[in-house]
Amino acid sequence: MTSGPGLPPDSTPDTPSASADAGTTEVLGATEISRALTRIAHEILERNKGGADVVLLGVPTRGVPLARRLASRLVAVEPGLDVGALVGTLDVTMHRDDLHRQPPRAIGRTELPEGGIDDRVVVLVDDVLFSGRTIRAALDAISDVGRPRAVQLAALVDRGHRELPIRPDFVGKNLPTSLSERVSVLVEEIDGCDAVLIGPGGPGRGEPGGGAR
Amino acid sequence: MRHLLSTADLTRGEAIRILDTAAQMAATQSREIKKLPTLRGRTVVNLFFEDSTRTRISFETAAKRLSADVINFSAKGSSVSKGESLKDTALTLQAMGADAVVIRHQASGAPHTLAHAGWVDSAVVNAGDGMHQHPTQALLDAYTMRRHLTGGGTGEGQDLAGVRVAIVGDVLHSRVARSNVQLLHTLGAHVTLVAPPTLVPVGVEAWPCEVSFHLDEVLVDQRPDAVMMLRVQRERMSSAGGGFFPSPLEYTRGYGLDARRLGMLSERAIVMHPGPMNRGLEISAEAADSPRAVIVEQVANGVAVRMAVLYLLLAGDVTQDSQQDKAGQ
Repeated sequence: MTSGPGLPPDSTPDTPSASADAGTTEVLGATEISRALTRIAHEILERNKGGADVVLLGVPTRGVPLARRLASRLVAVEPGLDVGALVGTLDVTMHRDDLHRQPPRAIGRTELPEGGIDDRVVVLVDDVLFSGRTIRAALDAISDVGRPRAVQLAALVDRGHRELPIRPDFVGKNLPTSLSERVSVLVEEIDGCDAVLIGPGGPGRGEPGGGAR
Repeated sequence: MRHLLSTADLTRGEAIRILDTAAQMAATQSREIKKLPTLRGRTVVNLFFEDSTRTRISFETAAKRLSADVINFSAKGSSVSKGESLKDTALTLQAMGADAVVIRHQASGAPHTLAHAGWVDSAVVNAGDGMHQHPTQALLDAYTMRRHLTGGGTGEGQDLAGVRVAIVGDVLHSRVARSNVQLLHTLGAHVTLVAPPTLVPVGVEAWPCEVSFHLDEVLVDQRPDAVMMLRVQRERMSSAGGGFFPSPLEYTRGYGLDARRLGMLSERAIVMHPGPMNRGLEISAEAADSPRAVIVEQVANGVAVRMAVLYLLLAGDVTQDSQQDKAGQ
């Protein structure tokens, strides 16, 4: 599912199942996703010289479970860390610039770890990086809840087509795509399985900055 | 959802969606920076033909916290006192480019007329019309009940199934009671209206609730989880005001919430009042100041609920929303 942040929880996820849609191909499977997350976790620790100051903020919907998994990997590598103090969620819905072009979005939850984010290094975690507009909204949302020392960005998939000067610090996989394609990330916690799928876009889905990525 | 005119229009899903959105809005209000950029550039007009302090301030706060521009329009000292009609006032607002009109009017149905007569394109929010409806009050009451009476947290996604509510007082003149009966029924709560026979409206048997004339019996038999006291206007007792009850003292004895009745409530029961309170008439100081009273919290929740309503009406493209609703059915 791609619409990621702010997808109304009551709406049926239009899961593109490989069997139903002949044009959909699996780009990453569960093992590859797991390896990519493990690598990103190590890169985060390496870049920040440990995890003492790091806070992982998942962007709803699918950034949240990804951030939790990264947090448990960080803790596995550096046993001194505590998952509860490491991970949170950051809802960006109310800071989006495309609100008026779409039906009202359900607002997700913002939960900061104890101790907040002031003077810490925030790593934003999202599933797909596309136009960069979600991340712009996230940067605004961060400034409303605190003042981190630095903000870094981790994305499981970077599909290109940026519309803003934003680049990721940690990427699971660079996935060159055409604008008409649709990239979907499925995660176990929400969709029942781990996969990154690429398929032909539905009507009006290819537009960057819209709901789909 | 294009307008919010009556709680009778809300489905269970829509009502829960408003309450869930309100929960997220409430969470943002505990931050140091309470203002959100969501409705930047939108204009909300508060059109108040009837005196109101808390509802107007609550709507104004809600709109400002979402960065909307707010224009307050009260009938006193405006062109309405010079005899301008609702239509001409509406056309003026339309010309000024209002995105939402929050209207309070002494005539029942005025918000409906404003929404459907084609005078304005804006979203219309009913902030109380005559003896008809006050939907945001009912929503904030439901939100407050859900927080206190459903298991842990803010009760997100839940309705009020199994919650027993007693609404006590001047039901006849109360839009708060009418809105609450419908919304609480939609959310699965069990409502009992308690009032002297003179203050029960004709046709109440068609409402989805029970009616009793005896507060003590209801408190003992129903064990309500929430007791909502309605405001009684002293002028109702004079014969000019309708002569609905003989004296304030008699009303207080029969229907006031005092220390004795407070002691009859169950452990988890909460005491609610839409305000403004008449201390010593429908509610005693002991009850109003007891730890069970959530009256001040109702006011705070009112801002969150109104933020949610303004967000859902104004933030998105609601024409797409209705298409999506149809597709989802």
